[in-house]
Amino acid sequence: MKRVYLSLIVASLLSACASEPPKTQTSVPVEDRTQTSKTTTQPADTRPLTPPVQTVSPLKDPKNILSKRSVFYDYDSFDVKSEYKPMIEAHGKYLADNPKAKVFLQGNADERGSREYNISLGNKRAESVRKMLSVLGAKEEQMEAVSFGEEKPRAECPEESCWSQNRRTDIVYQGE
Amino acid sequence: MTRTRLNIFLWIMALALSCAAFNARAALTIEITGGATLQIPVAIAPFTGEEAYPDKLSQIVAADLARSGLFKLIDTAGMPIPRGPQEVRVADWKAKGTVALAIANIVAQPGGKLDVQFRLIDTLRQDQVVQLAGYSLPTSPTQLRLTAHQIADIIFEKLTGDPGAFSTRIAYITKRGPVFDLQVADSDGHNAQTVFSSREPIISPVWSPDGARLAYVAFDQKKPIVYVQNLATGQRQIAANLKGNNSAPAWSPDGRQIAVVLTRDGHSQIYSSNADGTGLKRLSNSAGIDTEPNWSPDGKYLLFTSDRGGSPQIYRMPSYGGEPVRLTFEGSYNVSPRYSPDGKSFAFIQREGSQFRVAVQDIVSGQVQVLTNNAQDESPSWAPNGKMILYATTILGRGVLSAVSSDGRVKQKLSTQAGDVREPAWGPLIKPKL
Repeated sequence: MKRVYLSLIVASLLSACASEPPKTQTSVPVEDRTQTSKTTTQPADTRPLTPPVQTVSPLKDPKNILSKRSVFYDYDSFDVKSEYKPMIEAHGKYLADNPKAKVFLQGNADERGSREYNISLGNKRAESVRKMLSVLGAKEEQMEAVSFGEEKPRAECPEESCWSQNRRTDIVYQGE
Repeated sequence: MTRTRLNIFLWIMALALSCAAFNARAALTIEITGGATLQIPVAIAPFTGEEAYPDKLSQIVAADLARSGLFKLIDTAGMPIPRGPQEVRVADWKAKGTVALAIANIVAQPGGKLDVQFRLIDTLRQDQVVQLAGYSLPTSPTQLRLTAHQIADIIFEKLTGDPGAFSTRIAYITKRGPVFDLQVADSDGHNAQTVFSSREPIISPVWSPDGARLAYVAFDQKKPIVYVQNLATGQRQIAANLKGNNSAPAWSPDGRQIAVVLTRDGHSQIYSSNADGTGLKRLSNSAGIDTEPNWSPDGKYLLFTSDRGGSPQIYRMPSYGGEPVRLTFEGSYNVSPRYSPDGKSFAFIQREGSQFRVAVQDIVSGQVQVLTNNAQDESPSWAPNGKMILYATTILGRGVLSAVSSDGRVKQKLSTQAGDVREPAWGPLIKPKL
């Protein structure tokens, strides 16, 4: 589908080029461009160098801060550290600008302690991000804070190097 | 319905038993790592007629009693097998140190039914045969294991004064690779069956008081939702699926209501509803976390975990809501409270340093006894007779179930051959019709 579309663009560009022969070619040309055009009347072999720019979602563009999705926490804490604020602000603005976009704030905890208490702790983490997004202009109906507790660890080992990765809120857009 | 039957090997380490050859088909291996200082010497004679069936009833009874740690099983090898009380030579059994002898006949009945005629004989008497118990238990070839557990329950009660809990079931979660299974097994680990399977986590199973349903939390819709599943039909219904999290279900003792924890108002608070999710009512009211509700056996109170005082501690409030009272004061992390069946104490998890251990606190005196010495204990669950506490722990990075007697003396380890086991829930005592 995409290839057909691109071929049509290329074909139309080339035919446009070919249909515009210089009409005032009375003076002596330094270069004979029309000759060159005529030698490339088979457009099927050509490709554009870059795809259309508008198909890259800002949410997926690795150069865009919106592609950053995780907030990490200290042990037994749900305070959002200042280093994550620019990222959360960008998502708040995106949600305010795109009222149809919906996010899940997914809170997580490390494996220590009660599974149910960790669900509640993960919820506090997700809720802390949800409240910040709300202040930044995201609507209530665009957001749902949920918790996985300790049930979906990103890293699995019984030490801090893994635990620190699992104390986390992830911002996940609907449909992702 | 998926029915998994894994091979097991059942090791009895602490006790030298006559009954080493168990039928080895179940999901859980049970290993005893301690015993009572005074064990009651008891003999279980081979039941006449049991050789016709794959499960040897007398061995199942003996294994149950041995696993409790409260009995010493006397070797019956070389002794004449009495076919009735009149054939019991009391002096011979007394000479072997036996205080009681169990004998039974399995008798075929019309229509493929069976009758197990069981007697418990007092062998301390010198000259006469005194019967401590005599029952005729109707059963069928597929129900023989249950009958054996019922006989073990009768012997346990006659000789200790407390009801047995062998003819009960346990529920737990296994994780093998990416697959989570909610399983139900007999209390000895046999007959394990998967009742719900998912590639998303399952936690917090709890039995309805009649043993017919399980409430649990599943993440198969990418967030925690509370379900109630009928075990006989396999049908499950949503008990709580509101915005945010739905978790920590607990049954009221009459089975009509469940308490759940919802974050619909932003943070974890305790609510009650009918088992089908109707009639929702908020019970707790704090600015922090309130979770892990657990009903008192008389239905009057709820124990729960709250961080309202700055660290997670255990509180009690009336079951209709109202002013809570703080119960735990030692340490900065006390969670997962569960009332004992008599309502006089509760089991919970206490953190000491970086260790999480099973402890029991007396409600009136406030006295705390730490029962285990592990690093990562979770999810205590009482046997319905109040004699053992089943819990989850980690050994060498693997999730296993363990049980400890309520006095801390007897310990058992239950594990699967592959994967993790966690989130145990001991089912209720369903009185057999005798």
